[in-house]
Amino acid sequence: MRITCPHCGERDRREFYYRGAAVDLDRPAPDAGEKAWDSFVYLHDNPAGETRDLWYHEGGCGAWLVVTRNTVTHAVLKTELASQARS
Amino acid sequence: MRFSGLRVLKEGLTGNKGWTPHWRDPEPKAEYDILIIGGGGHGLSTAYYLASEHGLTNIAVLEKGYIGGGNVGRNTTIVRANYFLPGNSEFYSHSLKLWEGLEEDLNYNVMHSQRGVINLFHSDGQRDEAARRGNMMISQGDDAILLGRDDLRNMLPYLNYDSARFPIYGGLYHPRGGTARHDAVAWGYARGADQRGVDLIQNCEVTGIDIANGAVTGVQTTRGPIRAKKVAMVAAGRSGQVAAMAGMRLPIESHVLQAFVTEGLKPCIDHVVTFGMGHFYISQSDKGGLVFGGDLDFYASYAARGNLPTVEHVMEAGVTLMPMIGKAKVLRSWGGIMDMSPDGSPIIDRTDTQGLYLNCGWNYGGFKAVPGSGNVFAHLIATGNYHENATGFRLDRFRTGRGIIDEEGKGSQHNLH
Ligand SMILES: Cc1cc2nc3c(=O)[nH]c(=O)nc-3n(C[C@H](O)[C@H](O)[C@H](O)COP(=O)(O)OP(=O)(O)OC[C@H]3O[C@@H](n4cnc5c(N)ncnc54)[C@H](O)[C@@H]3O)c2cc1C
Ligand SMILES: [Zn+2]
Repeated sequence: MRITCPHCGERDRREFYYRGAAVDLDRPAPDAGEKAWDSFVYLHDNPAGETRDLWYHEGGCGAWLVVTRNTVTHAVLKTELASQARS
Repeated sequence: MRFSGLRVLKEGLTGNKGWTPHWRDPEPKAEYDILIIGGGGHGLSTAYYLASEHGLTNIAVLEKGYIGGGNVGRNTTIVRANYFLPGNSEFYSHSLKLWEGLEEDLNYNVMHSQRGVINLFHSDGQRDEAARRGNMMISQGDDAILLGRDDLRNMLPYLNYDSARFPIYGGLYHPRGGTARHDAVAWGYARGADQRGVDLIQNCEVTGIDIANGAVTGVQTTRGPIRAKKVAMVAAGRSGQVAAMAGMRLPIESHVLQAFVTEGLKPCIDHVVTFGMGHFYISQSDKGGLVFGGDLDFYASYAARGNLPTVEHVMEAGVTLMPMIGKAKVLRSWGGIMDMSPDGSPIIDRTDTQGLYLNCGWNYGGFKAVPGSGNVFAHLIATGNYHENATGFRLDRFRTGRGIIDEEGKGSQHNLH
């Protein structure tokens, strides 16, 4: 599996740390309540197919990336900077 | 048909013509009392214990592929009860006791081999941790022996004791741990359930779960709709998709774990040896192949195959620990879809939907749990009460934060286990 970092180009998967589903970009407000926080921290769509997750380019530029990937084929479809995906 | 030594002899002398299929291949009926979604180890053992311990037999197990095609036939077969935390330790202890009577109970040779599991340690701090874990195992009623370097060297002369990074200080030895033949476990439970009247329906994918007025009424499948009063979801790595059919989102992320086997060699590794610091563990199958694995690939995946970095890592760790295996040729490698829970412990519970039950979150350790999980889950489904050895596996522990069972002390968060 190779991931294309917008800064560094196509790199070996080993340079990246995997964080998990990109839901982390939609953090609820501190007082959003137990249900919202349970959903955010624990409950996952866990899709078989296309998914968006967060990877950190630890062995490279240090950017957080949103990677669109297929969990069934391992194809990497798209990568963007988390800072841009968020705004 | 019952298996016995006499029978094997007779069949051997008469051309093996008297063996019959181990289970029927029935058409699904329109309605059952209980439906079990998933014909893996846990689904099959649940059906078996519902029939054998609770006398419930109007049951079907619905399997989208074939019996034994999931993780139950993909794991590295380690069976042990060396857990530390309350919640886990009494459960795995219960499961190991069931393993010890399993072959007679099922009248089936699952090749359960209590060859001993040894967890290596590499520092004074780790020795203290191993001693503490060993004491917990003993106080649970199981067995543990703390081995120093010299004792261990007598047992396992082939390890590299003086690696600069992880010199071996000793090992925690769990003599009752060992291995079993994974397919035989699936087949034995399948046969036992079938003999007691359970219908095993293969090539039958569940595509929908029917709910009316807050209660489950049946399922939709690729072989037509089937009604039922109770439905149990036991789909391991596919739990997320199955639960979604009931409108649920689960605290589960599916990851890939790989395993490897070499060509058959003469007996050389007599135990299960785990090298936690290197992410490597190994045993030798009865056919002679070295069966080994390491850690997850560490990204969500349903591919049932992994990537090369993990392959390389596992091989490096293996050769560092046991230089002698360097020349063995790897024959095969594969992956399985693991249902990872946030705290690394399973979920065996009812759901908010009346009659709908959930069993998942087995991570990379659900093979040893096959007897125990089916046994306590059957108890829950049949009686409505949690089994005394499985009171901790609640689904709501993540939401409430009460009763988290974080065996490794890593934190209750996906991607840490
Ligand atoms: C490489 C590897 C090594 C492992 N090593 C060990 C080990 O050494 N010791 C240990 O204790 N554990 C180990 N495990 C973990 C263990 O194998 C699993 O935790 C356990 O097998 C999961 O439970 P199961 O047997 O019921 O799963 P499975 O056999 O995967 O059963 C689930 C079944 O559900 C079916 N299903 C899914 N969706 C549907 C649907 N919609 N309709 C109908 N059926 C459906 C699937 O086809 C599958 O057959 C390992 C796993 C892997 C992959
Ligand atoms: Zn980069």
